[in-house]
Amino acid sequence: MSTIEAGPGVEERLRTNWEPPETLYFQLASVDHKKIGKRYLITAFLFLLVGGVEALLMRMQLSRPENTLLTPEQYDQLFTMHGVTMIFWYAAPILSGFGNYLVPLFIGSRDMAFPRLNAFSYWTFLLSGIVLYTGALIGMAPDGGWFAYTPLTGPAFSPGLNLDFYAISLLFLTISTTAGAINFIVTIFKMRCPGMSMSRMPLALWSTLTMSFAVVFGMPPLTAALVFLELERRWNFHFFDPLSGSPLLWQHLFWIFGHPWVYIVILPATGLVSMMLPTFCRRPIVGHTYIVLATIATGMAGFGVWVHHMFATGIPVLSTTFFSAASLTVSIPSGIQIFGWLATIWHAKRHVWRTPFYFIVGFIVLFVIGGFSGVMTAAIPADWQETDTYFVVAHIHYVLIGINLFPVMAAFYYWLPKMTGRMLDERLGRWNFWVMFTGMNIAFFPMHVVGMLGMTRRIYTYPAHLGWTWLNQVETVGGFIFAAGVLIFVANYFISRKNGVRAGPNPWQASSLEWSVSSPPPAWNFSVIPAVASREPLWDGTDLLAGGGGDGRVLSHEKKTLGTTVLDAVPDSVLHMPEDTLYPLGLSVALTVLFYGLVFKSVPVFAVGLLATFAAIVGWLWPKPGELPE
Amino acid sequence: MMALLQAVTVPQPSALDPHGPAAAREATLWWVMLAIATVIFILVLYLLLRPLFRRPVDGDTTPGEAMPPDVQRRWLVWGGAVMPAAVLFVLFLFTLTTLAAVRMPARAGDLTIEVIGHRWWWEVRYPGRGVVTADELHIPVGRPVRIRLSSDDVIHSFWVPQLAGKTDLIPGQGNDTWIQASQAGTYYGKCGEYCGRQHAHMAFVVVAQAPGEFDQWLAREALGAQAAGDSGAVVGQKVFRDRGCAFCHAVRGTPYHGDVGPDLTHIASRRLLAGGSFDNTRGMLAGWIANPDVMKPGTLMPAVEMPADELQALVDYLQTLK
Repeated sequence: MSTIEAGPGVEERLRTNWEPPETLYFQLASVDHKKIGKRYLITAFLFLLVGGVEALLMRMQLSRPENTLLTPEQYDQLFTMHGVTMIFWYAAPILSGFGNYLVPLFIGSRDMAFPRLNAFSYWTFLLSGIVLYTGALIGMAPDGGWFAYTPLTGPAFSPGLNLDFYAISLLFLTISTTAGAINFIVTIFKMRCPGMSMSRMPLALWSTLTMSFAVVFGMPPLTAALVFLELERRWNFHFFDPLSGSPLLWQHLFWIFGHPWVYIVILPATGLVSMMLPTFCRRPIVGHTYIVLATIATGMAGFGVWVHHMFATGIPVLSTTFFSAASLTVSIPSGIQIFGWLATIWHAKRHVWRTPFYFIVGFIVLFVIGGFSGVMTAAIPADWQETDTYFVVAHIHYVLIGINLFPVMAAFYYWLPKMTGRMLDERLGRWNFWVMFTGMNIAFFPMHVVGMLGMTRRIYTYPAHLGWTWLNQVETVGGFIFAAGVLIFVANYFISRKNGVRAGPNPWQASSLEWSVSSPPPAWNFSVIPAVASREPLWDGTDLLAGGGGDGRVLSHEKKTLGTTVLDAVPDSVLHMPEDTLYPLGLSVALTVLFYGLVFKSVPVFAVGLLATFAAIVGWLWPKPGELPE
Repeated sequence: MMALLQAVTVPQPSALDPHGPAAAREATLWWVMLAIATVIFILVLYLLLRPLFRRPVDGDTTPGEAMPPDVQRRWLVWGGAVMPAAVLFVLFLFTLTTLAAVRMPARAGDLTIEVIGHRWWWEVRYPGRGVVTADELHIPVGRPVRIRLSSDDVIHSFWVPQLAGKTDLIPGQGNDTWIQASQAGTYYGKCGEYCGRQHAHMAFVVVAQAPGEFDQWLAREALGAQAAGDSGAVVGQKVFRDRGCAFCHAVRGTPYHGDVGPDLTHIASRRLLAGGSFDNTRGMLAGWIANPDVMKPGTLMPAVEMPADELQALVDYLQTLK
């Protein structure tokens, strides 16, 4: 295995250029992708915990028929906030966290393409979440469900501010998500180290790339829908009003965005699995090229299936049939990915039974179950029975917990040692897996059954005589077991951060570039930009430093990294990276003021926010000395 | 707080216990898919677990070579693409045949019922028959019945799991579906689409009756209300007028034509009250009139202040509306 080292003079210069002092200013002003990535991870994980508490409250309410623990209003707010939090403020941002931390390390770069934009994405993610939860704090949390169907969510039937918090905080968040996606695309296209041609890119980069394009194309319909909704709620426009608009227009716009979003929150996770699995099977992934094609195919086909959320809306049968076929077709690329992992496990040189591997095996099982319930909802006549029942609730949780949270847990056990320098405890890790896996199935499998027995979703209570009680009680017990599993992870994190075994650069003897640097990596990641000659640079025995003499791939004299060509990753430019700056935070805060002004219909607040936004953008773009074009 | 549907016995509304041709076809499709899924799941578990229970040959952790391309192709193309595609193709054909069988009844029905969704109750009309009722559909056994769906406010969804899958009630858009019961009985139905605060209490029953019995019911429902006979009911009718009940509720055969809330012409013969929220008993009815927002938080039915004797008289009157 080769590691990258450079002379002491080089390290000294890199430290001066890349490592700011540990002051509050530099914490707030930091544009370091590793700091931003960790902040994403922590913030998204906190949202997971909040969303989890919301879920447990709902499970307590449903543990008895006719329960009065929660009022209908509280229940409606809880299920809406649970869905919105998990889907928008946990599932995608947690993957952005791993992406932000890991993508530059995967590709042998020193940062993301647009570090300031990256910081801005994070602050916007955090602050939009605070705008959302402001509604909850003042008792006006959104209560229209996470897909907020009109006309229920229009001005006539939801007059409070509840839905304004939904629409405006989500609009705010789309800025963060879109900026992040553009950043990933440019970083992956332009900043891969020499030799890392497209065909040698790790699979997580393909999935991140696919996800990012899905965001760029999928966000505009959502943004349009949210703007229309606010225009209707605030200024009497009639987009979704039955008399002069169409209530179904909302559903089309929302799901044209919404179904790709499902792939946005699972594809990067499957990519992480494809990078972890070879480490535990001691052999390169089976079917690399097929998995790449399957990933891209999933991302594209995801845009053609939205009507399967609307089979019961009276859309003509011929049209729904096409969408049924398309929805079934989407499972083929998923099948390809699953067989890639199965084959990798089957042909493993040996199995390394460590916690991430447990989570990956569990993930495959849950993925298959969630995939089957998905196929069962793609068959239109069956969907007419299943839709809007707990069968669908079971499906979405098998998909999102199975294909997002389980890979995320595996990734935490796998990459946290890189971030903290300490291994997580293996014993607790196994408890963590088994408790979560058991709890997950006890909580969610019975939901398939109770849904087919007639229990619709989003009901705050149910009568005793319909025979749903005992299944609901089982689900509640499972929910608490699952939550205990999550707490074991939290405990493991805090215990291991102090007492964990030191990780060293490559504790897993893995193949990708992030393991060639120390744990945690230095602020500049790579003292010499590596050069790779295969898909498994740390397994192929080549010297990553070969040809790296001189300053060509050291670039230590200023804050620089290397730009390369899109397809073949041949060096074509030296990129000057920006210094730490408060403008990203300032712009996010300005936007927060602006969006609060919108929510509370306050013209002065809005005006202040608008001016501050303008000022922050001007300040951000103001040329610094020496930056002016010659 | 509330006793929901305690006395009205309905079987569990299981989509897998169908009592009509559409639900039966849908259930068959569902079971076939479950069977296919189970077989493939077992195959996947075998492929996953068999290598995992194989003991590793040695402790050597040096990475191995990539598998040869033909091995990779065999797994990914045959296992990952061709096998699922073949299964899904068969499944799609089965979906299409089920769809063709389910979307229209086998023979045209001669009965159409209009169902209009309200927050949070069901208005049920028999066009051309002069019948308007609520939260209760009567249908003749063995005959397909066309249901014409619309909504007065937000999107609801019409669902009787044992008879047919869901169809949405969308304001500004008429949707059609049909139901048919193969056996006499009472079937539980409810709103499928989240429609606000009392989505949980937007239920109804479908009463499938022998055709003769159904015709009798229809004829009785078409009649206006009988004039209030005994003195309590006469007082109650006055309360009904003076306390403003008639602003929202109609009683056919009287001058009361409110069209906001349910038609009360034959309320005493109905099984359920308040969007299927509770049984139609005297106590429930009185409690519902006195404290609707306690009985069903968020309901649009306003509480009307009145002395206890007036309330009793009002309930006396309503109970004569058989």
